[in-house]
Amino acid sequence: MNGGIQAEGLVKRYGSVLALDGLDLHAPEGQVLGLLGPNGAGKSTLVRILATLLRPDGGHARVCGFDVAREAQAVRRVVGLAGQYAAVDEYLTARENLNIFGLLARMTPAAVRARSEELIERFDLTRAADRPVRTYSGGMRRRLDLGVALLAAPRVLFLDEPTTGLDPRGRAEVWRVLGDLVKEGTTALVTTQYLEEADQFADLIVVIDQGREVATGKPAELKDRVGGDHLEVAVRYASDLPPAMAALAAAGLAEPKADEDTLRVTAVLPGGASRLADVIRELDTGGVEVADLTVRRPTLDDVFFALTRKADEHDRD
Amino acid sequence: MTVTDPGTAPTSLTATDLGTAPTGLGLALRDCAVMTRRGLLRMGRVPDELAYNLAQPIIFVLLFSYVFGGAIPLPGGGPFKEYVVVGVFAQTLAFMGVGTGTGLAMDMSRGVIDRFRALPMANVAVLIGRANAELVRAVLVTGVLALVGLLVGWRTHTGVLSTAAGLGVLLLFAYAMTWVGIAIGLSVRSPEVASTAGLLWVLPLGFVSNGFVPIASMPEWLQVVAAWNPVTAVVAAARSLFGNPLGMAAPDRLPLEHPVVAALIWSLALIAIFIPLSLLAFRRSARRG
Repeated sequence: MNGGIQAEGLVKRYGSVLALDGLDLHAPEGQVLGLLGPNGAGKSTLVRILATLLRPDGGHARVCGFDVAREAQAVRRVVGLAGQYAAVDEYLTARENLNIFGLLARMTPAAVRARSEELIERFDLTRAADRPVRTYSGGMRRRLDLGVALLAAPRVLFLDEPTTGLDPRGRAEVWRVLGDLVKEGTTALVTTQYLEEADQFADLIVVIDQGREVATGKPAELKDRVGGDHLEVAVRYASDLPPAMAALAAAGLAEPKADEDTLRVTAVLPGGASRLADVIRELDTGGVEVADLTVRRPTLDDVFFALTRKADEHDRD
Repeated sequence: MTVTDPGTAPTSLTATDLGTAPTGLGLALRDCAVMTRRGLLRMGRVPDELAYNLAQPIIFVLLFSYVFGGAIPLPGGGPFKEYVVVGVFAQTLAFMGVGTGTGLAMDMSRGVIDRFRALPMANVAVLIGRANAELVRAVLVTGVLALVGLLVGWRTHTGVLSTAAGLGVLLLFAYAMTWVGIAIGLSVRSPEVASTAGLLWVLPLGFVSNGFVPIASMPEWLQVVAAWNPVTAVVAAARSLFGNPLGMAAPDRLPLEHPVVAALIWSLALIAIFIPLSLLAFRRSARRG
C-alpha cells in the first residue's frame, strides 16, 4: 500500500458547527504537504482525525494504507504527531520525556536509549538534556517536541503549526529537519500560518476553507491560478496618473487601476515580462515620468486571499 | 539542532533499529509501569504540591486536637485527640482525589494526553499510571500525618497487624477516591471546573460524617445520611482497627455495626463503578476532541 495520506469526504460536526464538510485530501508518499486555511477552516480537526485523536462523522481516511477509524492502532504505529503547543512534560527532563514516550511507542529500552541520544544530539539539546523542560526556551521545547514525534521513526508526520511562536532561525531549523526527513522518505503534513514558509518548503499545497478543500497544487501552479504577474508603475506627480493609465491600456493591459495616495498604477501583466517592452515604450511615448516600475509574482498570500474569498462568495450565493 | 560538519553525513532520522518489544498483556503492563514512573518522577519534581497536600491536614490535626479537643465530649468516652486524627486522615485522603482530577483535566487541556492517545500504547495505562502514582502519594501523606498525629498524642492500642489493616482500609479508600477524581477530571472541560466539581461533592462527604464530631450530635435525618456515608464507614473501621474511640455509645445503624466490612464494600464498590466510568469518559473525550 502507498505510504501517503488519502482522505475522502471527511465530515466532522461539533454540535451545529460543521468543522469538516466533505473534505478530500491526497498526499503522495515522501512529500511535504502544506495545509493552509484561515482560522476555523478545519485544519486542526483534519490533523486530529488523521492522527486518530478524533473520529470522523462521515467519509474515510487512510494513512499508509491503514484506515484511521478501523485500524487506529496500526496508524499509531506509523505516525508521529507534534502539536501547536509543545506537548512534553514540563517537570521532566528531555531525556526522561524521550524515554517515557519511546517506551510507550513500544520500542525496546535499549532502542529508546540509543534513539534518544541520537535525537538529543541532532536537535542540539545535549547540554540541556538533564534539565527539566520547564527551564527551556520556546525553541528548545519545540525541538524536543519534534524529537519526541520522531522517536519511533514515523513514516508519516503530522505537524500542527510547528513553527508558530518561533523566531526566524528556529523556524528555518524546523523546516530544515523536515527537509532531511522527507528526503529519507517520510511524508509530512504541516499546517502553518506563515505562507512564505509553505511557499518555500512545501512540495504540495492544499488550501482548505470552511471544511472543504478549495485548491491543491504545487505553489507555482496555485499562483498561476490566481492570475499572472502584476505590474506596478509609480509616478512622481498625480498629474501623471491619467497618462500612465492610458499608456498601460495602449500596451494592451486590461483594467489598469490608479491609486492617488501612493501615486501608483497597477495592472495584471498577461504573458509575463515579455510584455514589458511594450509597456515601457507606451509610457515613454506618453511622456510619463516614471519613478519606479516593478513586476511582482503573485505570492501565496494572493492565492490564499483569492481562493478563500471565492469560497466566501460561493457560500453567499 | 546540530550544525553538521559538511564532511560527515547527518544522523539518520528515520533508519533506526527499533528492536522488538514484548507483546500483548506484557506490553500493557509495561505501559502502566512507565506511566506510574512518570507520575512519581513528576511528584518528586513538584515537592510544593505534596507540601500543599500536607499543610491543610496538619493544620486540621493541630486545630482539632488543641482548639476543640477539650470542648467536645465523646459518647462512649475516650480522648478527642485520638478520635479526630483518624477523621483528618480520611478527610485528607478523600480530598486528594480532587487534586487528581484537576491534574488530569490540566493534562487534557494541554495536549499531553493527545500525545499519549496518538501512541500505540494501552490507553488505560494513562489512567492506571496516574492512580498508582496517587496511591504512592497517599502513602506518603498518610505517613507524615501519622507522625504529626503521634506528636500531638494520637496512639494506636492494637497490634501491628491490626494497625496495618487500619492503614490499609484508609489507603484502599484513597485509591477509590482517586478513581472518582479521575472520572470527574475526564468528564469536565477545564481544570477549574474539575476542581470545583470535585470539591462540591467531597466537602459534604467529608463533613457529614463521624470524622470530626460524633454523629449523635446531628439532627436525626442527617444522622441517617452520615451513617451511610462511606467516609463514616472508613473512619469507624480505622478507629476500631487502631483501638481509638468510636464516638458513639452503641452502634445503632448497620454500617456502624460492621464498620470494616462496610468500609471495604464501599471502597470496592466505588472502584468497581468509577474505573469503567473513567474509561468510558476517556473514550468519549476522543469523540469530543
